[in-house]
Amino acid sequence: MVKEITEADFSGTLAKATVPVLVDFWAPWCGPCRAVAPIMEELSAEYAGKLEIYKLNVDDNPGIPEKFQIRSIPTLILFKNSEPVERITGALPKGQFQSLLNKALG
Amino acid sequence: MNSYDAIILGAGPAGLTAALYLARFGAKFALVEKMTPGGLLLQIFEIENYPGLIMPKGYELADAMEEQLKEFTFDRYQTCVTALEHKDGKVTLQAGEEALETKTLIICAGLHYNKLGLPDEDRFTGRGVSYCALCDANFFKGRVVGLAGNGNQALEEAVHLAALVRELRLFMRTAAPQADRVLQKKLLALKNVVIHKEVAITALHGESELEAVSIRSLQSGETEKFAMSGLFVIEGMRPVSEFFPRELVLDADGFIVTDTEMRTNLPGVFAAGDIRSKLCRQIVTAAGDGATAANAAYSYLELADA
Repeated sequence: MVKEITEADFSGTLAKATVPVLVDFWAPWCGPCRAVAPIMEELSAEYAGKLEIYKLNVDDNPGIPEKFQIRSIPTLILFKNSEPVERITGALPKGQFQSLLNKALG
Repeated sequence: MNSYDAIILGAGPAGLTAALYLARFGAKFALVEKMTPGGLLLQIFEIENYPGLIMPKGYELADAMEEQLKEFTFDRYQTCVTALEHKDGKVTLQAGEEALETKTLIICAGLHYNKLGLPDEDRFTGRGVSYCALCDANFFKGRVVGLAGNGNQALEEAVHLAALVRELRLFMRTAAPQADRVLQKKLLALKNVVIHKEVAITALHGESELEAVSIRSLQSGETEKFAMSGLFVIEGMRPVSEFFPRELVLDADGFIVTDTEMRTNLPGVFAAGDIRSKLCRQIVTAAGDGATAANAAYSYLELADA
């Protein structure tokens, strides 16, 4: 399941993670974000144990998108050991997310 | 290989309407969509011109169309189509890893956003360059931004953006906007909008993020450079035509030519919605096309079985 992450628990969650973390930066009124959300739910089940997926509402938590210079949503950032290693902007078909993740997770 | 009476490509308003009609006819069909249902509806904030519904959000209408299909059983494939062939009165297609076969095909694959086609465009996408002001305007509050485009959507998004940003520079290739008068009037009333007519954007500049944009006058050839942190590209759309069979008749702009019953030149192949060659591209006309195409496909199947 894709879990909510906020400014308050962002660093802590990333630091504690034992697998890479994918964060979906989204907003409720953003159409393309809504297109990505169900894909993230499916990927979360498919990559269970290999990847944790979180979503961060950019309206409620503006500091984190500012820190990562996010200017478009949806943006997805893959973190390994709390460091951003891969960044995807825009709604993509599920297959493209899978190939990007497979490559990044090696 | 999975075999169907009908396959619908695309789950925007045309595809979802075609699905509703085929489901009610009792046809054995599949719906192929690479993303999630709704199509371009998901890019619209509020809809002001769908009869009977007062200002629904785009996603609310998409959700309602999807909800209406819940009671029916049909197959869905969430993937891209990579190959399509029309042969001996049947269509075979590759949808992800699945090979599918169908007696009729309804193409409702819709449109893509046009890009500027500049070398650094992809590098700056998500780092200043955006194709959706509705999604990304909030990241540019109080900043200077640009918008490339001159149509209804461009002007709508410009009005939305201008309310948030410090200054908006609107770049259009034409001498005047090609948009509704109501929108043009709204735009002209805004104090923080500068309009550059008959110009082309020639370069994007910046290190890790967009910092400036160069333009060239189409009249004098003179160039200018403006500092800005965002550029919204709202330059119209083109049909999603990558998988069309070569025999399919298209118009000069690449849209599928049909008759009034949504029949293409290929027997058993229909097209509906924005991908079809027509003048009026609206949600309501897409829905109408979807219903007509489903009806025509079902008549075709009945005749074939007779």
